[in-house]
Amino acid sequence: MSIAPAALPEAEAPILPFTVTLIIRRFDPEVDEEPHWQDFDVELYSTDRVLDALHKIKWEVDGSLTFRRSCAHGICGSDAMRINGRNRLACKTLIKDLDISKPIYVEAIKGLPLEKDLVVDMEPFFESFRAVQPFLIPKSAPTPGHEHTQSVAERAVFDDTTKCILCAACTSSCPVFWTDGQYFGPAAIVNAHRFIFDSRDDAAQVRLDILNDREGVWRCRTTFNCTDACPRGIKVTQAIAEVKQAIMNNSAKK
Amino acid sequence: MSSQPTETQAPTRRRKPRPAGTLYRGDITGLWSWVLHRITGVAIFFFLLVHILDTALVRISPAAYDAVIGTYKTPIMGLGEVALVGAIAYHAFNGLRIILVDFWQWGTTHQRLLSWIVIALWVITMAGFVPRHLISVFTGQ
Ligand code: HEM
Ligand code: SF4
Ligand code: FES
Repeated sequence: MSIAPAALPEAEAPILPFTVTLIIRRFDPEVDEEPHWQDFDVELYSTDRVLDALHKIKWEVDGSLTFRRSCAHGICGSDAMRINGRNRLACKTLIKDLDISKPIYVEAIKGLPLEKDLVVDMEPFFESFRAVQPFLIPKSAPTPGHEHTQSVAERAVFDDTTKCILCAACTSSCPVFWTDGQYFGPAAIVNAHRFIFDSRDDAAQVRLDILNDREGVWRCRTTFNCTDACPRGIKVTQAIAEVKQAIMNNSAKK
Repeated sequence: MSSQPTETQAPTRRRKPRPAGTLYRGDITGLWSWVLHRITGVAIFFFLLVHILDTALVRISPAAYDAVIGTYKTPIMGLGEVALVGAIAYHAFNGLRIILVDFWQWGTTHQRLLSWIVIALWVITMAGFVPRHLISVFTGQ
């Protein structure tokens, strides 16, 4: 097109990529005894995310780099990792929000067994999740042809904890979980909270009894690491506090 | 080759290493306030243990008690007392904050503010105590 260039605004400078250094904690169970750090320089745009940087490395530099991701849009909960010392989703961490004058440190989340590079064994995490019975347990069936009804106010009580995507960012940011892998951890408590405070559910007491355990809510030391780490902005520590209070109020009534 | 490794050939499964890596970047109003709370709690516990033992000495031998207490009246112990008061003041204020966070919903949503209040109260307490105490330690009254 002959007229196109003249029509472009003159001041529009081309958007240039810049070099960012990532230092990634690598571990190959077949050769390494211990995890080790490896540097990568990648060309990125400020609109890129840490996940894009990892893709660039995997696709263009070193195909052996191993990490989990699926949706790439903060929904599936696959790519929680420790970015510059804090648990974040790689797909929700923009390069422009990080200080790129320094290298970006990327490592696996802490407290779960390391499988390879940025991949950990999530099984202990899901085991705790399953243990709190994270599904609706109503005592009675709704009247035929109808559903269990709930008012807006009743729904609002547990709205925050419905948002969890089970990424494990919270549980693996918890210093109690790091040293005591038996602790249920914030995510399991968040998902218990979601049903304990659901007016349609009738098994709150069962879940409160499960969490009123040595390794239950009382392990929580309110460090707020989980609240800071949650990519869904769930007030995790508050949810745990509400479960603690529900346990105390119930046993006080007896 | 398609030969499968037999049971005996299979490498012994190594214990999966837990990643160590960087120090978790917690917040001073969160992770580190708890770390400090535990450190000060344990420190106060050991102080009290020693303190109960040395005070109990007075029942065994007043002379020995005087001798032990006398060794405390040194500038180094004076500085130690600053650390002790600092630890107790922090643990007490922060302990009240934890109680508020545990029992009061407003506390969990405003815990950052509460933590800064704890730090401010601690600074005020120390500003009141440290100058007077050090003057009495180093001028001998
Ligand atoms: C001045 C009054 C005190 C208050 C208000 C207070 C408050 C608290 C609270 C609320 C906790 C629970 C922390 C948590 O849930 O994470 C705690 C823990 C603790 N306190 Fe105190 N405390 C006081 C005095 C003491 C004394 C005199 C000692 C030593 C004998 C002590 C040693 C400890 C220890 C070792 C912990 C465990 C820390 C942890 O598990 O994180 N505290 N304190
Ligand atoms: S509560 Fe938040 S951080 Fe924890 S698993 Fe759910 S989404 Fe992830
Ligand atoms: S890739 Fe799905 S949450 Fe990040």
